[in-house]
Amino acid sequence: MQHTIADLKRGERAIILDVSSIHIPLKLLEMGCLPGNSVELVQLAPFKDPMYLNINGTHLAIRKETAMHILIEKET
Amino acid sequence: MSKQINVALIGNPNTGKTSVFNALTGLNQKVGNYPGITVEKKEGVCKLPRGVKAHIIDLPGTYSLNASSLDENVVIELLLNKNDKDFPDVAVVVSDVENLKRNLLLFTQIKDLEIPTILVINMADRMRYKGISLDIPYLEAQLQTKIALMSTRKKEGIETLKNLLSNYKDIPVSACINPSDIDKDYFESLQKAFPNQLLYKLWLVITQDVNFGKTDRNEIEAVANFKTKSKADLKRLQQRETVKRYQFINNVLKKGQTIDIAQAKDLRSKLDRVLTHKFWGYIIFFIILLTIFQAIYDWSSVPMDFIDSTFAFFSEWTKNHLPEGAFTNLLAEGIIPGLGGIVIFIPQIAFLFLFISVLEESGYMSRVVFLMDRVMRRFGLSGKSVVPLISGTACAIPAIMATRNIESWKERLITILVTPFTTCSARLPVYLIIISLIIPEGRFLGLGYQALTLMFLYLIGFATAVISAYILNKILKIKSKTFFVVEMPNYKLPLFKNVALTVVEKTKSFVFGAGKIILAISIVLWFLASYGPGEKFNNAEEIVKTEYASQQFTEEEINQHIASYKLEHSYIGITGQAIEPIIRPLGYDWKIGIAIVSSFAAREVFVGTLATIYSVGSDDEATIKNRMAAEVNPILGGPLFNFASGISLLLFYAFAMQCMSTLAVVKRETNSWKWPILQLFIMSGFAYIVALIAFQVLK
Repeated sequence: MQHTIADLKRGERAIILDVSSIHIPLKLLEMGCLPGNSVELVQLAPFKDPMYLNINGTHLAIRKETAMHILIEKET
Repeated sequence: MSKQINVALIGNPNTGKTSVFNALTGLNQKVGNYPGITVEKKEGVCKLPRGVKAHIIDLPGTYSLNASSLDENVVIELLLNKNDKDFPDVAVVVSDVENLKRNLLLFTQIKDLEIPTILVINMADRMRYKGISLDIPYLEAQLQTKIALMSTRKKEGIETLKNLLSNYKDIPVSACINPSDIDKDYFESLQKAFPNQLLYKLWLVITQDVNFGKTDRNEIEAVANFKTKSKADLKRLQQRETVKRYQFINNVLKKGQTIDIAQAKDLRSKLDRVLTHKFWGYIIFFIILLTIFQAIYDWSSVPMDFIDSTFAFFSEWTKNHLPEGAFTNLLAEGIIPGLGGIVIFIPQIAFLFLFISVLEESGYMSRVVFLMDRVMRRFGLSGKSVVPLISGTACAIPAIMATRNIESWKERLITILVTPFTTCSARLPVYLIIISLIIPEGRFLGLGYQALTLMFLYLIGFATAVISAYILNKILKIKSKTFFVVEMPNYKLPLFKNVALTVVEKTKSFVFGAGKIILAISIVLWFLASYGPGEKFNNAEEIVKTEYASQQFTEEEINQHIASYKLEHSYIGITGQAIEPIIRPLGYDWKIGIAIVSSFAAREVFVGTLATIYSVGSDDEATIKNRMAAEVNPILGGPLFNFASGISLLLFYAFAMQCMSTLAVVKRETNSWKWPILQLFIMSGFAYIVALIAFQVLK
């Protein structure tokens, strides 16, 4: 099954696989959300939304609806 | 020979760009607007070695040249227009050492415009804590630039930057990325169509919606026709461009930067664990707000009392020491009390701006955005609406402009429409004076009743904003794509200089902006209150004297009666009494009515107006507050400002739309008169009804 950032648990890390969905804003890519980069879920707001991420050293928050479109590979 | 060069400061948000600007220019700066739009334009002057002067522009913060807001558009518009008088001779990209990789994206874009570019790596004092080391000569060679390692906090590197600026001609202007690497066919045919143009510039023109200077507009319009690709294709190319840029940056940093993670001490994650916690995060946010309101009250009471009595003294002194006449009266009864009505609020407004700028500088505001997004979305707002709603407590105008970074148009429109409900600093004077008249001084759990009332009024404003957002969200049928990206910057101890400059700048513009209106209105009011038409006004003395002849009155009491009789039959008295029937059900007399009408120019005029009207009507030396406390309700008897009318007035001011400047900004930001007109009528109508109910129930 394909995992997305929305599936991450707090403190979990993963590698970004694909960001080609049209639901992902360019701004997010420019902030470093690109394939091959690592992503860590730092904190969740109540109802698991928005999600506070650390993408390759950049700390940012996005909504779950965007996170659902960013494909990842979980570290095992 | 002295010459001047143009310098543009560019950088991501949260890189300390403004600190660099402040370090270079100090107090030699001014804040204005870009022509035609409400984006703040900060510029200043800095002396460089060898008599060169630098004119420095602090451009709005942006993550890239692919603009997604009006503020970001300003950056690209300036950089693409060589004929602009501010077009930079040299660009300075300010980056933050901890986020160098991401900051370099913007750097490569600027570089590709072939403008000489200096790289400032700021916050160098944090390198040791984070285990970062940089090979500066290597980076300079690879990026083909000059680097200034700076720490504005430790005041290091400023001279280096000044030297680099004065030698800007030595900086190579070669590009970092060749657009043909992104898509060979597309870019080669583009270049063929416009052989004399810079390819990256053409690309920006195609992908961005920006205006350009008149001179090369024709050329640009011809280029704009070159949209052979669909929007989705263009976006794919932009994605590919971004990937290429990061590949370039990664290659450079692989050798130029080493990070020893073992040495990194992480304060931020510890703080974030608490401050963004599901439960404690909200508790802390609430405590911070509570502390702010208590502090605004406690810290400013001493200077305010001092200012109040000083102005009363001045007014009295003028009357006693200047030759009698109309001018002295105008000064003592019109101008001085009117000015007093604005100066008295400087302490509170300065404290308010102090807290807001500390919250923003420290990085805490982003955490609030994170915490509140889910809650705010329920009401059709965005987490980012919190920033306008909080800064709306200073003034709705910058707050409405701060909505620009809300990505969804619907969320943004709703935020714009409800922001004027938040308690702006112009309401503060009205609240403060009325609270001090009608709420007792005692304390409850260490918090003053008066501070609690003030806090309650702020909460009412906030709650009304949120509830009306909920209703608007249900009514408005606007479909817009929503997304939400917010950076969570590092926590920083706010720099004293930055905070101080913000406080001074904002307080100054409050005092002078509002001060001008207040002064003008005070003078007009004084004339209207001191002169009147017809027999009754001109013969006031005789009429009153005959009327009271049979009764035993001291001369002082007679004079008092003459003064108030005159006021009642002056121009202002006649106008006021004409509108009195409308406001009487709310518990106000005609003097308050005049103050409310003049408040539509600016709310803070209220206190000054009353001060002017009352001082025309009385002789003795008294502070504004004492005069208001002494007013008697003409119909019901008892103090005019009692609990019922006071609460009614507070609620009226909480809800009514009484600010012409806000309406103008809403018109500009929404590009339609529909929204400001709706705001004016719905908010004011609602205010009237609530105030009416409050008075009728409480009286």
